[in-house]
Amino acid sequence: MELPLTKNIHLGQPPLSLKEYEKAGGYQAVRKALAMSPLDVQNIVKASNLRGRGGAGFPTGMKWSFVPMGDKSPRPKYLIVNADEMEPGTFKDRLLLEGDPHQIIEGTIISAFAIEAEQAFIFVRWAYKLAVKRLERAIAEAYQSNYLGTNILGSGYNLELRIHGSAGRYICGEETALLNALEGKRATPRAKPPFPQVCGLFGKPTIVNNAETIANVPHIVNNGAEWFKGLSRSSDSGTKLYGVSGKVKKPGVWELPMGATMREIIEEHAGGMLDGYQFRGVIPGGASTDFLIEDHLDVKMDFDSVMKAGSRLGTATMIVLDDKTCPVGFSHNLITFFARESCGWCTPCREGLAWIGKMLQAIENGNGQLGDVEILAQQCKLLGPGNTYCALAPGAVEPLQSAIKYFGEDFQKHIREKSCPWKYEYSSAKTQRTSGEA
Amino acid sequence: MLTEKERQEIDTELAHCATKASASVEALNIVQRHRGWVSDEAVKGIAAMLDMTPDELDAVATFYSFIFRKPVGRHVILICDSISCWVMGYHPLLDLLETRLGITFGGTTEDKRFTLLPISCLGACDRAPALMVDDDLYGPVSPEMMDEILQKYE
Repeated sequence: MELPLTKNIHLGQPPLSLKEYEKAGGYQAVRKALAMSPLDVQNIVKASNLRGRGGAGFPTGMKWSFVPMGDKSPRPKYLIVNADEMEPGTFKDRLLLEGDPHQIIEGTIISAFAIEAEQAFIFVRWAYKLAVKRLERAIAEAYQSNYLGTNILGSGYNLELRIHGSAGRYICGEETALLNALEGKRATPRAKPPFPQVCGLFGKPTIVNNAETIANVPHIVNNGAEWFKGLSRSSDSGTKLYGVSGKVKKPGVWELPMGATMREIIEEHAGGMLDGYQFRGVIPGGASTDFLIEDHLDVKMDFDSVMKAGSRLGTATMIVLDDKTCPVGFSHNLITFFARESCGWCTPCREGLAWIGKMLQAIENGNGQLGDVEILAQQCKLLGPGNTYCALAPGAVEPLQSAIKYFGEDFQKHIREKSCPWKYEYSSAKTQRTSGEA
Repeated sequence: MLTEKERQEIDTELAHCATKASASVEALNIVQRHRGWVSDEAVKGIAAMLDMTPDELDAVATFYSFIFRKPVGRHVILICDSISCWVMGYHPLLDLLETRLGITFGGTTEDKRFTLLPISCLGACDRAPALMVDDDLYGPVSPEMMDEILQKYE
């Protein structure tokens, strides 16, 4: 089983230096790419069927193809690596950023070259301090070896790469909000169209790609599109970083062929449930995806299969709901996150998520009213795609709408019995503790 | 009212930036590194260097969780209160810290040693429950480990 993304990564050991990375075959793909035309590089990535690993799964080569090319195209063009990983339950990009920074840099150089970008940024979330340190060191090494800067390896191609450390807000991971953050503005999203590929950072053509997406690029250039397709077990190409957290024996993240099943990941790699806990459900792709249940355990974790099952692959980091955890509390915690991180720009998100949070709080506390669940289900529809300025709110209601679908009886029980059947043990003497409030 | 050092560091950032405003986060971070937090006066001073109005810059400063517009303690404890840490149980840690330090989320100890804040998903979900103190990540953390962790931070 070939696992290119993690082949250099060994937990507990520092990442490869530039020399070690070169010895392991690194930066060969840069040489190969620079000897081709940018459009040829785009074509390989297009043919590989690489889909974005940030959650949306948009075909990467197609995204790149929307950038105007050639001498008349607006300059400078920008390539941005989105390393603002803040989706709850998601911890896969951290592995790549900390574990193999040179892989990220190599992918960045090739991707920037493919769209004729001369400036690139790696946008790293505030909390990933170690990743920033390691990336800074690796970037300095790359400049020293002329993989960055002017006239890279004598090719005539110039690229400046800088790290932007964010000051901490989830919405910065949304590509247009990220652009506003980089421009030094309040990081609310922008309307699309125009799309960043045409009018992005400072109004210039910009590509924003997730860190894991970028990490795949050197391997595709080195080995070709067919090789990349051959790594997978499904219609989607390549390998994928899959994560599991929650009450399992071995929470973690593993690189596997695209299309590994949920059962395989949870039972074989994560060791199954902790003793004394039963599986009730899972949100397969991070906090903004719909629940799947036991019936779905044999679903392949690829974009199309998970969509057919009624959810989204998203970041492919699963959060498991066990039988001793309250689904209402679970839903409330998720909504609280999204309500807190709402940028506040549009009314449905700003007001709607807060009100949904209040209702879930009431239900949890035993103060829910008959009809509440129906109102919540309706609110989920009202905050759906197309009704809000960006995708934060529609994502936020995905776990709730599916919790109501699969665990609706648990919600109703809270309301009928005026208490939580799971009766938390940790309410402190001083304050009534619930999942959402401090 | 910015010091010479702060001005120099901000100027260094400005040299790399396409527009002055695009250095706003870096500039705020520079001042915060020196002073621990960013006051109204500091916002005005930085805004002047960036050709922004104080209002424009404050809109940026107040948007971010880690630009502190109020004084914080010498060390900031950040407990992740997102989904995986909630499932694995962050409340015992919060309870212990409340008892030990006499403050809850948003508070600073009387001796100004610690400020306690929640933080949105740290991206350490396989090591839940997780927390950070300043730039250091800890996880999984049990209540028994808390005292030893706190001791490192004077």
